[in-house]
Amino acid sequence: MYVYDAFDRTLVTERVDEFRDQVARRLSGELTEEEFKPLRLMNGVYLQLHAYMLRIAIPYGTLSSEQLRMLAHVARCYDRGYGHFTTRQNIQFHWIKLAELPDAMADLASVGMHGMQTSGNCVRNITTDQWAGVAPDEIEDPRVLAEVIRQHVTLHPEFTFMPRKFKIAVGASSHDRAALRVHDLALRLHRNAAGEIGFEVMVGGGLGRTPFLAKTIKPFLHKRDVLSYVEAILRTYNQFGRRDNIYKARIKILVHELGVEAFAKEVEAEWQSIKDGALALDPAVVAEIAGRFRYPDYQRLDDSTPELAAARKADRQFDAWVGNSVANHKVAGYAIVTLSLKPEGGTPGDATAAQMDAIADLAERYSFGEIRVGHEQNLVLPHVAQRDLPALWRELDAIGVATPNVNLVSDIISCPGLDYCSLANARSIPIAQEITRRFRNGDLARDLGRLHINISGCINACGHHHVGHIGILGVEKNGEEFYQITLGGKADENATLGTLIGPAVPYAQVADVVEDIAAAYLELRQRPDELFIDTVKRTGVEPFRERVYATR
Amino acid sequence: MTSPLEQKIKITGPVVVTANRVGDGAVVYRRADGGWSTRLDDAAVATDSAGARVLIDAAAADDLRAVGPYVAPVKLAPGGHVRPGNLRELIRLGGPTIELPVTFGI
Repeated sequence: MYVYDAFDRTLVTERVDEFRDQVARRLSGELTEEEFKPLRLMNGVYLQLHAYMLRIAIPYGTLSSEQLRMLAHVARCYDRGYGHFTTRQNIQFHWIKLAELPDAMADLASVGMHGMQTSGNCVRNITTDQWAGVAPDEIEDPRVLAEVIRQHVTLHPEFTFMPRKFKIAVGASSHDRAALRVHDLALRLHRNAAGEIGFEVMVGGGLGRTPFLAKTIKPFLHKRDVLSYVEAILRTYNQFGRRDNIYKARIKILVHELGVEAFAKEVEAEWQSIKDGALALDPAVVAEIAGRFRYPDYQRLDDSTPELAAARKADRQFDAWVGNSVANHKVAGYAIVTLSLKPEGGTPGDATAAQMDAIADLAERYSFGEIRVGHEQNLVLPHVAQRDLPALWRELDAIGVATPNVNLVSDIISCPGLDYCSLANARSIPIAQEITRRFRNGDLARDLGRLHINISGCINACGHHHVGHIGILGVEKNGEEFYQITLGGKADENATLGTLIGPAVPYAQVADVVEDIAAAYLELRQRPDELFIDTVKRTGVEPFRERVYATR
Repeated sequence: MTSPLEQKIKITGPVVVTANRVGDGAVVYRRADGGWSTRLDDAAVATDSAGARVLIDAAAADDLRAVGPYVAPVKLAPGGHVRPGNLRELIRLGGPTIELPVTFGI
């Protein structure tokens, strides 16, 4: 867990007082909406179809039980009893009243939570691998240097009014669980040939109407230089990024139009002028911040005990859950447990206040009081003793978060879509729900194997449809909802943008199309262990296109 | 860039002016008497551009009570009822088309 210092607490508390005054002035008429809008957006307050929406940052996807209980409290007291975990390690409440927002924010501030950097043209909430600090394949915990960057950019006047929003992700494992290359700036910790640890720096990724994968502009950056180099990138973007056209304002457009070499050259020139100044990282400062990440006092336990093997043998459902939702931990005898927020017929990423409270309690009993949030809209208990898995599973199952579908066809990433969002053209959630019903058979889902379906209700791509193995994009045609289907997208270390397979299909046919694609895969794969994404890569989309449009 | 409120209004059928209430963001419709209602049946219906312009200009000036007014299509039903003219407006009026999580699962 990250432990807040006095400066963090003061910053968050002062912001609540400031916002309380702004809300009062808006409600009294002293502030117009035009004046108030940028102020509310700086605190994560949007206006959606039906109500105000409050988006709260969960830095690095790391939550304490105390914080999760507070989110449950906000859901229960200020909203309609649930929250929605997003694809950027945030949570949204969709029914907040403006007059009650300052009280809700004050309650959140009491546990160090806030909505800063969840909206506006600033550096947004920095995201990481939800397995940070516990993944066996991790070089070191990426959250420490992410926190260094966070402290520097939060409320930094130079980076508060950039051409457009700026999303940073940091990873440190060989397998990318943070969708690094779809971010404006991605930092990947790795070892160079000399064995030193540093960052690969990638810029210009992003989805939306013009999707790009981030390009590497520096293969190896020493850790001490990360702050100055990030600053150089932000300054270059601030100077050259377009402010005349919102659709061309993201850094991905600048990198594309300038060319990655020319962009890198500008960054390098800026960096050379600042790299040896105040932004060169002092190891003592980094150590102080690292010391604020507290790790559990793990016991010495054995991996794969006979008791666990016997429990798996005795209960087929438990065995399926362990096989699907439990991953290896870097510490012997422990496991990383993913809690599926994708029950059959449910809304991807939603959790009720009762579920949040129950998960907070279970985290205290089984995971040293810590919970993680992943961009796939599931939760994680990161420090579970393997011997506790049977008892934990029974309790997770009782609250509906033990569906053994992680990374399977029904583990769908979905934006809120037209059911909530004022930007959406089409609904996303009912499409996801219908697909989970069609694939309710666990044996079929396991046979299909790893298959990521991502759904967005508009071209802004909050549901990451471009990088879904099957991507579904809602569009509006003459007042009707239609959906474009892409295949072959990936968000991992081999990130790829999906390929459109043909004309958009109407709302009522989307689940049928997904079933056709799944059936085609089962016929096309060369072996049972050839993954869907590998079959698409081998065959291209044509055989799938033929199957989908043969009768349409 | 021209603000939506300054753009010429083109309508092809009956319309109302809708916005979100300042205090809680609830969907509201502009009434003929200059007030706002959460009931679509209460909305003032315009059938030409001039009428829509009058409604939207007055609504835009009422910034203290409602946010983001715009012209939305409607359908006129028997009995004097007004119905949403498209799916977006249907969802704004009736709420999400899905079961909310509080009634789903535990």
